[in-house]
Amino acid sequence: MANELAQGVLLGCYYALIACGLSFMFGVLRIINLAHGSIAVLAAYVVWVIAEHWNVSPFLALGAVVPVMTAAGWLLQRTVLERSLRSGALTPLLSTFGLAIVIDNLLFSKFGADTRSMAPNIGDLAFASWNLPGGVTIGQLALLTAVVAVTLLGGLQLFLARTPLGRAIRATAEDPDTAELVGIDSRKVYAAATAISMVTVAIAGTFLALRATFDPYAGSTQLIFAFEAIVIGGTGSLWGTLIGGIALGVAQNLGSQINPQGFLITGHLVFFAVLAARFFIAGRSPRSMVRALLRTSP
Amino acid sequence: MTQAQPIVVQRWNVLSIAAVTSLVALLVVLAFGPSYLGPNLTDRLTTLFIYVILAAMWNALAGYAGLVSVGQQAFFGLGAYAAIRLSHAGLNVYLALVLAPLLVGAASFPLSALALRLRGGEFAIGMWVFAELAHLLVNLDGLVQGETGTSLIALSALAPDVRRACNYWIALALMAVLVGLVFVLLRTRTGAAIQAIRDDEDAAASVGVRVFATKRLIFVLAAAGCAAAGSLTLSTLITFQPKTYFSVQWTAYMIFMTLVGGLGTFEGPIIGAVIFFAIETIFGGSGVWYLVGLGATALLFSLFLPRGIWGTLTDRFGIHLMPVGYRLRFRSGGPR
Repeated sequence: MANELAQGVLLGCYYALIACGLSFMFGVLRIINLAHGSIAVLAAYVVWVIAEHWNVSPFLALGAVVPVMTAAGWLLQRTVLERSLRSGALTPLLSTFGLAIVIDNLLFSKFGADTRSMAPNIGDLAFASWNLPGGVTIGQLALLTAVVAVTLLGGLQLFLARTPLGRAIRATAEDPDTAELVGIDSRKVYAAATAISMVTVAIAGTFLALRATFDPYAGSTQLIFAFEAIVIGGTGSLWGTLIGGIALGVAQNLGSQINPQGFLITGHLVFFAVLAARFFIAGRSPRSMVRALLRTSP
Repeated sequence: MTQAQPIVVQRWNVLSIAAVTSLVALLVVLAFGPSYLGPNLTDRLTTLFIYVILAAMWNALAGYAGLVSVGQQAFFGLGAYAAIRLSHAGLNVYLALVLAPLLVGAASFPLSALALRLRGGEFAIGMWVFAELAHLLVNLDGLVQGETGTSLIALSALAPDVRRACNYWIALALMAVLVGLVFVLLRTRTGAAIQAIRDDEDAAASVGVRVFATKRLIFVLAAAGCAAAGSLTLSTLITFQPKTYFSVQWTAYMIFMTLVGGLGTFEGPIIGAVIFFAIETIFGGSGVWYLVGLGATALLFSLFLPRGIWGTLTDRFGIHLMPVGYRLRFRSGGPR
């Protein structure tokens, strides 16, 4: 039981890592990038190709991919997001969904249906672990993932709080028009925010490839887990995303103890339970909650 | 006050009368389809009717209620599953196919209380999560046997010719009823409310539109409509593998048809469905590149032609074939 909890917490840190960029973009641009998971898988493939082709460490390959993803994020904002934001709040959903379909199927046409993993590229790190009292096993890679997740989320938080660009991003997120009045170029800020988000996506994609297998259509699952982590933790808060990810990971691991299918089902159920709590519970009796479910206005 | 009002509200004109008349005539001609179409074309048209239903339902949801859902495959899959279950319980198979969407529509009512409180992107992926959950739960049913799936055995007992004609008629009838419902809904008082919500939800609420109730009506209609498409697809495929029915691909098709035809127009999705049907017939065999093309087209339309083909045409030329709106016209002799 203690081990299941520990594994759940470590898994949850990975979810927080994949959710980090999505949460950041939702906080700043108020849009949900439906291509988020697909871009993470795309980054995983690029890192994998570099690591295989030149036989280098995946971490070194990730270092090479980061500047590329920065540029890609800037380009994504300028070509897709900016234009779609102009034609309404719903259009970014449609355009990023189209983008996700394009990325998934291009990956499929290039790499086929085989599942890949970069675990063989990192030697011992993939399976080495420490045994703690109480039957708890801590994998080294899982712990590294957790450290990276916490560092990244904390770093982003510090960056938003302390740096000039961070302040500009927060101001633009609050009110882009007023931010423009005090001399902030909101286009630049949005592009910078998207670029930062894409860097975190590249890191998350690499860890996905290190800790498990991936295939061209793995993006949608990653998007759903990331989204669940954000909603469970409360939208708009980076630390909330960490807590949400951990809650999701723990729920999934405990659910898999009940039933082999329970892993995913329990995660989704916790997601809906949190939503229901958010909307209905605040100061209400169970009976009025049932009534709220059936009546015709909010 | 005997003097005539200087402005008249016009709902019909020559063009719209002609359009509605020819549409009804087309339906009558189509109703006799199985007798002159041949087996292959009958099957293909059944598929087209299903596409029209899907496009019209997704458009009602996104184009009118402003609800972009990436999880409509949930209702599509549940519609097929409900038909399997009803038929297994001993119900006549075609009765099961028609009753299944009603059941799913009823089940979507309590869900709407939760789903409609989500905004924008949260609603979009929230519905996707619901679709995943529905898929996993259906897999748990012993009758379905997980991803192995099952089939609508009662249907394979019928002679192929009879089955083909029945499928065709039911698809045609359900399409006419569902698209007709959207039409009637848009023409009534609710239609004005729906279009007000589409344009500005808060402003609509401020003039007394019951935003939540109206959205819920559309949500339930779209759920039942997508379930109808699911049960009709089951009637053509007979086999039920959960993975096929709960695939996000169906929502991708819906988005493609609606975006290309024209989001938020009545005629657009029907045109989009016909275009999608033609593209699928020509390129459907080219596998992954066909899907890349669909995604890229949806992306480009959302960026450069967000009103779609029909929406752009109506904006430019002011053509409205179906009389779902109101137009004001100055009576001759009135103030100029």
